[in-house]
Amino acid sequence: MAATGLFLCIFLLGHLAGNLQLFMTDEAGKLQFNEYAKFMTTFPAVKILSYLTYFSIVFHAIDGLLLTLKNRKARPVGYAYSRPDKNSSFPARNMAILGSLMLVFIVLHMSNFWVKMHWGELNVDIWLDANGNRDLHSVVMHSFKQLWYVIVYVLCMVAIGFHLWHGFQSGFQSLGLNHPRYTPIVEKTGYAFAVIVPALFGIIPVYIYFFG
Amino acid sequence: MSEFREKTSIVDARVPEGPLADKWVEHKNHVRLVSPGNKRRIDVIVVGTGLAGASAAASLAEMGYNVKSFCFQDSPRRAHSIAAQGGINAAKNYQNDGDSTYRLFYDTIKGGDYRSREANVYRLAEVSASIIDQCVAQGVPFARDYGGLLDNRSFGGVQVSRTFYARGQTGQQLLLGAYSAMSRMIAKGGIKMYNRHEMLDVVLVEGKARGIIARNLQTGEIERHSAHAVVLATGGYGNVFFLSTNAMGSNVTAAWKAHKKGALFANPCFTQIHPTCIPVSGDHQSKLTLMSESLRNDGRIWVPKKKGDTRKPIDIPEEERDYYLERRYPAFGNLVPRDVASRAAKERCDAGYGVGASKMAVYLDFKDAINRMGEDVVASKYGNLFQMYEKITDENPYKTPMRIYPAVHYTMGGLWVDYNLMSNVEGLFVLGEANFSDHGANRLGASALMQGLADGYFVLPYTIGDYLADDIRTGAISTQSSEFDAAEKEVKNRLHQLMNNGGTKPVDYYHKKLGKIIWEQCGMSRNAEGLKQAIADINAIREDFWKNVRVPGTEGELNQELEKAGRVADFIELGALMCQDALDRNESCGGHFREEFQTPEGEALRDDDNYAYVAAWEYQGAGMPARLHKEELHYENIKMVQRSYK
Amino acid sequence: MNLKLKIWRQKGPKDNGKMVDYPISGISPDMSFLEMMDVLNDQLVEKGDLPVAFDHDCREGICGSCSMYINGEPHGPGRGITTCQLHMRSFADGDTIHIEPWRAAAFPVIKDLVTDRSAFDRIIQAGGFISVNSGSPVDANAIPIDKHDSDRAFDAATCIGCGACVAACKNASAMLFTSAKVSHLSLLPQGQVESRDRVLAMINQMDEEGFGNCTNTGACEVECPKGISIENIARMNRQYLGAAISYSPPKATGGGD
Repeated sequence: MAATGLFLCIFLLGHLAGNLQLFMTDEAGKLQFNEYAKFMTTFPAVKILSYLTYFSIVFHAIDGLLLTLKNRKARPVGYAYSRPDKNSSFPARNMAILGSLMLVFIVLHMSNFWVKMHWGELNVDIWLDANGNRDLHSVVMHSFKQLWYVIVYVLCMVAIGFHLWHGFQSGFQSLGLNHPRYTPIVEKTGYAFAVIVPALFGIIPVYIYFFG
Repeated sequence: MSEFREKTSIVDARVPEGPLADKWVEHKNHVRLVSPGNKRRIDVIVVGTGLAGASAAASLAEMGYNVKSFCFQDSPRRAHSIAAQGGINAAKNYQNDGDSTYRLFYDTIKGGDYRSREANVYRLAEVSASIIDQCVAQGVPFARDYGGLLDNRSFGGVQVSRTFYARGQTGQQLLLGAYSAMSRMIAKGGIKMYNRHEMLDVVLVEGKARGIIARNLQTGEIERHSAHAVVLATGGYGNVFFLSTNAMGSNVTAAWKAHKKGALFANPCFTQIHPTCIPVSGDHQSKLTLMSESLRNDGRIWVPKKKGDTRKPIDIPEEERDYYLERRYPAFGNLVPRDVASRAAKERCDAGYGVGASKMAVYLDFKDAINRMGEDVVASKYGNLFQMYEKITDENPYKTPMRIYPAVHYTMGGLWVDYNLMSNVEGLFVLGEANFSDHGANRLGASALMQGLADGYFVLPYTIGDYLADDIRTGAISTQSSEFDAAEKEVKNRLHQLMNNGGTKPVDYYHKKLGKIIWEQCGMSRNAEGLKQAIADINAIREDFWKNVRVPGTEGELNQELEKAGRVADFIELGALMCQDALDRNESCGGHFREEFQTPEGEALRDDDNYAYVAAWEYQGAGMPARLHKEELHYENIKMVQRSYK
Repeated sequence: MNLKLKIWRQKGPKDNGKMVDYPISGISPDMSFLEMMDVLNDQLVEKGDLPVAFDHDCREGICGSCSMYINGEPHGPGRGITTCQLHMRSFADGDTIHIEPWRAAAFPVIKDLVTDRSAFDRIIQAGGFISVNSGSPVDANAIPIDKHDSDRAFDAATCIGCGACVAACKNASAMLFTSAKVSHLSLLPQGQVESRDRVLAMINQMDEEGFGNCTNTGACEVECPKGISIENIARMNRQYLGAAISYSPPKATGGGD
């Protein structure tokens, strides 16, 4: 869980770097973004990374599911009255639910953009831009003009934020990387990561919806 | 063994001949051994998993014996040795303050007010250094200094620093060390562990201890267990007082059953009242909490000079405080032995100088220590104790002095044993606080842990072989004998009687009543009249108990009231014996202070001409006076003098 | 004080239990929580009812026997204390107090509030020791030990084995308990010799007992009466990873002369 989780954090950074280009909503931005999308789907090194990412997501999800089931079995009879809020944080206790939400989102997200980019039927699902690249930019702009989609997207970013709030430092702890001097730094970095990264992801659709 | 009972009332401790310093080495060199192949054919039962029991069980199993170990707690790790706070003594002389085996021996004999067996005490001092080595090898995290070497502190009654410690949790760390050694042998199959089992009788076959009857406390089942020897390491009987620093479950039952089967009970009136405990706060109180003796290293004990002074302690100026220990005992000051410190506190309170709401407390003040060393240093030395005090009393000892008062803590008396730690019942060995052997009439601080581990790690493993060497051809002991039948029947009858007598009063009602009598008449000071009355009162309690106690539930289940009832029944009988012993001993020594026998300054007045003996009592039936046997104490290496800490 | 108690009652290991209400009055704020339970039990016995069974022994916070889940937390409100060190002054007059046993598959209920925690013993038996026989070890000062290491070993060794960590953990995980022993022994030079076998064996036993996995919620550390840090869990994870990667099963050898 820890290794795949931390790897997915790195993936998020890469993904975010690409997404930030969506702030350029004009024609030049469109061409640049589509060129970038083409690069990401064809460059061999990126391909290897992307397979690693698919693997990580699947492993992280399945392992998380198995872990949750095993952990449920460890307490077959629950407490009649319990106050877990007194000793642990909301995200820490709800990683499985937050993770499941994210899985649903990933499916929706991939079917919208990733499937269309890779296998979408030309001129039905996706068109070509002036440079002859598949025009993912327009697909994104179109999606983010739909209010329900923007709301779902933003809510999912909140879920990711919570998931990362616990997950980032938890990954370090699971790998045995805890030290009285450095752990506070890891924790602060984790909290910053959990707020900033999902926030930047989430601002993009909002920006496009209002100003795109 | 029954023959000596008939012929003479002098008990032979079978101490080896030769110079004191060579006795143990010589004895070890000449005791019989059991070969590794034969050890596999021999079973040993060890009852109790405190320091003595756990260390013995582990050591015997490592040697190759088949050990069956029993504890009433849910895990051997919870035995009450775990609560010992301050430390463990050893004559290592790491501090270069002139310590030696002889000095530890001498301090212990003197501290015990010349009522302990010289050869045993010397052996204890001799093996003390090995205990520290053994514990460190097991991973016990004793306190260390910055050079990485072991640190020491000083304790009451001595003028050297020989106490090794692990913050305020020395007992815990030592017990966990012994428990881990046991756990290792359980995994290897050398020990079969029986948790939540209480020994309810010892079974004698042809006069030898060959097994026990135990109750599985979880299911209520009565079980028979056989062995070639039975080792009792079942702790002390301080809970006879109801309120003590012992754990709630600590009891005398195993030792008492052995006593009823013929084992002599020695010096039962020698009980230790620890001077620094948190005072009783009300009738609801179920137990007392000790504040480690180590606090007396830096804390100063005082009461107001004015009778009935109701000012807050911090408002009482220096010149109106009576640091009575420093005043009376300038050489040792606040570090006088426990019996002396306890009695001095009682004297002040009885004279009307006590403090707190109950007026039954004195102050233990850290103001000067904080001024001298700073709050940080005091916190690093005693932080956890201060915290414990604050949790219980809701007062901050950094700001206001602690209130303390003596409380029952340890019992020097116990089953009589010879030099080999075997009782007068053959094959019945007794270790640790359960035996009477090493502390005389008063135990010095940090010596209980030392004795428990000495007995278990370094004495019994050698001496038991001398007895078991006769059993290498005996074969497994059957539990299907008339002796086991009879013992089991007796145990079942008694449980049945407790369950079905249709009484109305809870067990605690009797326990509290008994405790009050013992505390008042056989506590910090005793007199003949009070003791006689106490014996009569206790006999009356016993009769009332068996008629009117109410035990709910059934025998065949986890039944904590039934457990308590059985233990209290035995405490009642023991209580009468304690008073008989105290009445018989017409002198004051150590923890036994008879008001009739004191010096003009109020110090204990010994009578060495008539009472330099161990009083070993033989059971004669419930409600009947026990029969006295004497083990004369001979001091060949020490001159008996009046103890002085002035 | 007057209080309303809600207590888990269960006759035996195989019976179904339920929460039962017991009003109680005349409780002094100076009583400890277990003394309040004593008062309740004496009243129940006098009425002819069965008293509530609960584990307790030293009543000074060191034996680790007491184990009540009080108002939704192991050992109740308050930090760094066991149930026996909880005083009634922590509650207000008229409060409702919920009292339950530890809940974990590895800690089955025996009766009322009493559970079977022998799984902890078996974890220690798997490797929570240093293999040294009684006899003649080297002098205690032969190996100087860094005071900081020694102090950290002590911090881990203060575990009382009460099981509050398991009770608090949403996964009923025993990682804090196990890691405390692993850390205590591996921080000392004496314990390092067998540290690899130890960590593998103890974790394996922990899993076999049916404890859950650690998801780093940190609840154990908050509720631990001895303040044992989850730093120990990280240390154990580190050692486990190292041992699992480098471990090769020993070849069976025998004979000799």
